[in-house]
Amino acid sequence: MITPIVLSLKVALIAAGVDAVLGTLLARTMARRDFSGKNLIESCIMLPMVLPPTVLGYGLLMLLGKRGPLGRLLQEILGVQIVFTWWAAIIAAAVVSFPLMYQSAKAAFCSVDVSLEQAARTLGSGEARVFMRITLPLAYPGLLAGVVLSLARALGEFGATLMIAGNIPGKTQTIPLAIYFAVETGDNLLARNLVLVITAMAVGALFWLNSWSRKKLQTLQKGGDARA
Amino acid sequence: MLKAAIFKKLPNFAVEAELAIDQGILVLFGPSGSGKTTILNCLAGLQKPTSGQISLGDRLFFDSARNVNIPARLRRIGYVFQDYALFPHMTVKNNTLYGMPSSAMLAKKNAGNANALAEILAMLRISHLRDRYPAQLSGGEKQRVALARALMMEPDLLLLDEPLSALDADTRCALQQELKKIQRIRNIPFVLVTHSKKELDALADTVVFLNNGKVATPAAQKIPLGWATGQWA
Repeated sequence: MITPIVLSLKVALIAAGVDAVLGTLLARTMARRDFSGKNLIESCIMLPMVLPPTVLGYGLLMLLGKRGPLGRLLQEILGVQIVFTWWAAIIAAAVVSFPLMYQSAKAAFCSVDVSLEQAARTLGSGEARVFMRITLPLAYPGLLAGVVLSLARALGEFGATLMIAGNIPGKTQTIPLAIYFAVETGDNLLARNLVLVITAMAVGALFWLNSWSRKKLQTLQKGGDARA
Repeated sequence: MLKAAIFKKLPNFAVEAELAIDQGILVLFGPSGSGKTTILNCLAGLQKPTSGQISLGDRLFFDSARNVNIPARLRRIGYVFQDYALFPHMTVKNNTLYGMPSSAMLAKKNAGNANALAEILAMLRISHLRDRYPAQLSGGEKQRVALARALMMEPDLLLLDEPLSALDADTRCALQQELKKIQRIRNIPFVLVTHSKKELDALADTVVFLNNGKVATPAAQKIPLGWATGQWA
């Protein structure tokens, strides 16, 4: 029972970490820009949230599989195969949870007053310093919310993972897969225990996020919003 | 000496103005939406004019003909924003010191900074607020902190966007006097934007009237002739 839990945590943490970096950079780039085609690109970014995971799994399989364009490239150049390894589980989890990170990060960046960044520029700051000292600290609550949400989503990923990573105990069998196959084989006790574990994890993450953001809100209200 | 000829096309109208000031306070006067803030942003380097030229002393900031556009961070122009734009996550002290280099290598210089900081906070009478956050300040206090932050970097020019409009009458009166005093102490030109005739009366050494983005005559602004005594030429 321990193996799928450890594997799930590893996969979800790495996937959420990748999402956090990519989502932050992409959201920051998109938040302050307007160009034709932006709407289309953002629709595509949000697609994994509304498509059935099986569709994503199929797409990833076509892309990363032995005969897929990316899969063949990796096989020929690096000699690695992605599908049916735990890397595939990470990719599936990262893709499925990416929209949650992106959406939170974009809302967070949009909420940062542009005039604060402008003020920093007139005070001699280059773009990197503006981002590190002003934008990031002010957007950080929203970014953290995005990380927690995408982590929770990555933890629960099932459909796409099954399609490109398969169900290999000890290698790609995460908690959701282990539950499904435990029920299949009639091992109700194992299924029930895993259900309890993953529910506790999800509730814990969301509970922490809620109480943390409420605390954050209270400190803001106590002093009155600085920019109001 | 600030010299600027700015033409900036906006979605609804175009701003076109020529300014020149050597010392004292230049007031940009006009109703809301007449392009005053756009001019300040162009001077500061936050917006790029469609065409024109901006220079301060012997430093050229912008020249559309020669494709020169020095970024805001290198212009050394202090800017007090209309909504103050104080950094909400930093104390008054850290807001004021933001424009200063602060790495460990500059520790020696920082000692000098500490003195300059104490001096500026004392001048603006906000020394007792140094460890507060902007959310814990009144409007007048925020305005003083914004001024301190802009002055701390020892700018060559100070821009003020409606610096007094959000304040109550008493605070406004006190700050007016102080602005005038600070300008004399620092001896750098100020460009101040306002739509209040009272402020115009109290502060202006030179004035530029703006209407719909164009420089207008005082008559077009319905300025009573009693205003000042022909200081604007």
